[in-house]
Amino acid sequence: MSDLETKPASNSAAGAQVNPSSSKIGTWLSHVVTDLGKNGIFIALIVVVVLFSFLTDGILLRPQNISNLIVQNGYILVLAVGMVMVIIAGHIDLSVGSVAAFVGAVSGVFAVTWGLPWWLSIILSLLVGALVGVWQGFWIAFVGIPAFIVTLAGMLIFRGLALAVLGNANIGSFPAEYRALGNGFLTDLFGEFELDPLTLGVAAIAIIALVVQQFRTRNGRAAYGQEVEPLVWFVGKLVLITVVIGMFAYALASYKGIPVTLIVLAVLVLVYGIIMNRSVFGRHIYAIGGNLHAAELSGVKTRNVTFWLFVNMGVLAALAGLIFTARLNLAGPKAGDGFELEAISAAFIGGAAVQGGVGTIGGAIIGGLIIGVLNNGMSIMGIGIEWQQAVKGLVLLLAVAFDVYNKRRSGGR
Amino acid sequence: MTTNILEMRGITKTFPGVKALQDVTLNVARGEVHAICGENGAGKSTLMKVLSGVYPHGTYTGDIVFEDEVVEFKDIRDSEAKGIVIIHQELALSPYLSIAENIFLNNEQRGAFGLIDWNKTNSEAVKLLARVGLRENPTTKIMDIGVGKQQLVEIAKALSKRVKLLILDEPTAALNDEDSDHLLNLMLHLKGQGITSIIISHKLNEIKKVSDAVTIIRDGKAIETIAKADVTEDRIIKDMVGRDLEHRYPDHTPNIGEEILRVEDWTAHHPQDPNRVMVDAVNLNVRRGEIVGIAGLMGAGRTEFAMSLFGRTYGSRISGKVFKAGKEIKTRTVTEAIDNGIAYATEDRKTYGLNLIEDIKRNISMASLGKLVKGGLVDDNEEFKVANEYRTSMNIKAPTVLAKTGKLSGGNQQKVVLSKWIYSNPDVLILDEPTRGIDVGAKYEIYAIINALAAQGKGVIVISSELPELIGICDRIYTLSEGRITGEFPIVDATPETLIKHMTMEKAR
Repeated sequence: MSDLETKPASNSAAGAQVNPSSSKIGTWLSHVVTDLGKNGIFIALIVVVVLFSFLTDGILLRPQNISNLIVQNGYILVLAVGMVMVIIAGHIDLSVGSVAAFVGAVSGVFAVTWGLPWWLSIILSLLVGALVGVWQGFWIAFVGIPAFIVTLAGMLIFRGLALAVLGNANIGSFPAEYRALGNGFLTDLFGEFELDPLTLGVAAIAIIALVVQQFRTRNGRAAYGQEVEPLVWFVGKLVLITVVIGMFAYALASYKGIPVTLIVLAVLVLVYGIIMNRSVFGRHIYAIGGNLHAAELSGVKTRNVTFWLFVNMGVLAALAGLIFTARLNLAGPKAGDGFELEAISAAFIGGAAVQGGVGTIGGAIIGGLIIGVLNNGMSIMGIGIEWQQAVKGLVLLLAVAFDVYNKRRSGGR
Repeated sequence: MTTNILEMRGITKTFPGVKALQDVTLNVARGEVHAICGENGAGKSTLMKVLSGVYPHGTYTGDIVFEDEVVEFKDIRDSEAKGIVIIHQELALSPYLSIAENIFLNNEQRGAFGLIDWNKTNSEAVKLLARVGLRENPTTKIMDIGVGKQQLVEIAKALSKRVKLLILDEPTAALNDEDSDHLLNLMLHLKGQGITSIIISHKLNEIKKVSDAVTIIRDGKAIETIAKADVTEDRIIKDMVGRDLEHRYPDHTPNIGEEILRVEDWTAHHPQDPNRVMVDAVNLNVRRGEIVGIAGLMGAGRTEFAMSLFGRTYGSRISGKVFKAGKEIKTRTVTEAIDNGIAYATEDRKTYGLNLIEDIKRNISMASLGKLVKGGLVDDNEEFKVANEYRTSMNIKAPTVLAKTGKLSGGNQQKVVLSKWIYSNPDVLILDEPTRGIDVGAKYEIYAIINALAAQGKGVIVISSELPELIGICDRIYTLSEGRITGEFPIVDATPETLIKHMTMEKAR
């Protein structure tokens, strides 16, 4: 709207010749501004990172710490992926922490007590997670009990079952291959170097793939006559992302290489990103969250979608439980305590809407990373757990408040 | 003392980039019913919000003179204190509170120690209810009475505030004919008691019935004020759309082919009360290229029939047979109905038709995503292209197909809903109240779309409570009363009188 008002002014002041270029800058700027608005969460992450690298005298960005950040938060990020999908559909899942603990305990029975091969233990554990999802999905989708209630019950049920399976004892220690899920690294495949070449190679391939994919999308859109952002801004963003990935890869390469957890995460983000954006199932999730009735009357099998959504959440909760158990090399009764709250916070900080229908996988991951950087940064600074909790609560509140404010500003006249 | 209770002089209100009202002058005489008429987005509601203080003094220019005094309202309380009460289209009642509690909400009848005096509350409520002609126990909960009665409670609430100027924003939009009549008569009755009213309405016949003067607003400007004697529908329409609408209904030359859909003995029961028959052995058919109307009052079972047919989305214990082109088909789920070439556009776009937080593109593709799948994934670009084609062909007024449907006007929203169903390529379209809440200009476009669909050889069923509309566009009309088909009329025999007679025909008991 503002360029409508400024146009006549610049016209009279500088003559007609300047007008096209000034309006060009105007649209250019408006692109930048809308992009900044859309990617506000990304900028928030950068701000938090910069802030804490100052507050921790740079410790935050040391290679070892960056690697730790991923490994320590891996399970929360896995949960955040499933949670944001559940939230987009207008539901919630309070049980994921308990489910993670339960599956961790069960995997201990498989891998340690029964001595099953590590891969079989992992597959069976994921199946158990799926069964938990079937149980909860059944009540939510087909009986029609609100997800809040079903998963609140699940939170108690599966915590109880976890304790029952463990029988008041911890189960450990796990086979090395199993443990790799939580704290393994892909490294030294090509011998020992100062900088791990595999990590750098993977990063290079990732960057090239990203650039190619972005250009193809852009060209595809342009071919169909859709508006595309100005080339300079587009390239600028790509350069920025490339630099971030490059620095990240450099940090990992100069420490131990690529954490296995990161590989798992990368696959999840890629696969679920495509599912949410480009698959019919993903579209149906957004449709259900946006308007359940309209989705139903458009032929969306809303119950089936909801059911499979919770099965999926069960599997991801199981995966998170495995990663956590592997990292501690121990299945214990306190595992997964409060995971659900961190995952839910990640989704909301990442821009998901409480009413459903809005949210992205990428947003949830960045939301989870913000929480991770807060946890990590405050720990390095030696801030006690009590204040860490309070700060995280405040960040969640402010993030959602900002979102609400933003919507009101753009929505209301 | 002038005869005008209200004078709004030269009101101009701008929103960033938009001039919503431009030098609007409105004079309302004491004791009259004054109608304000205009297309959606013309500025009617904005004008009323300026008047009632929703937009406080200082955010607009111009003067408001109420009872010979320049008033500067800071908020709604200010205007209510002067006796100006506005009743919005979406009623502001709390469903779980009683009628009396709602009437005195924020105006509680207090007794000793500032506690609520329930005897006084209820007895005062009874008096107010009597004034609006509502015989209900004041302790009945709002959720247990119908929308028509809820509207009366709103008016009773206004009366409790010693209202001098009552503003009703599309009061009959959600009411059936009987309740509408009662409400309009009540307005005339209150006029007899000296209460001035402003009524905002789309419905030209009710404007003609109750109002003493009509002001037409178009594009933020007051076009003219017409006195009762000079009011004609054509003149109002001409003012509203800014051009002559020679015909309110586009020409339609039927080219009717063989039967495409036949429904036999269709029966459905109430979802919560399986013994209550809502749709009673309905038989009807539609032929290719034919526009068939279903006329019925609210509660006659029109929507219930359509929704029980469309994937059993309403009701319980549903029975009956559906034949498409002579072959029996099943429509047990929405998917099955869509696969069999049936589409149903709901009467309530916002609740049942659209995902308002999603863009036009994704709403149009919603019912036929499968068509866009390439290699297992939805082809975004193809989706954009398809949506753009519909934006052009259906004349959806939006800058791009990426605009959120929640921001569109009612007419454009309806075009998105229709696009969605046309893209699913149905043989039969059931359109439930396709022009409800849509302004006159857009209605014409919707009718033209319906004609075009029939011309393509599709069968179209139009459900409507506006008889002129059905008579204007249909080839054949069924009447529905208490869940039963009570008559079937080729368009030449369909007069409003015969239709109404059959629409109100009661079951022999």
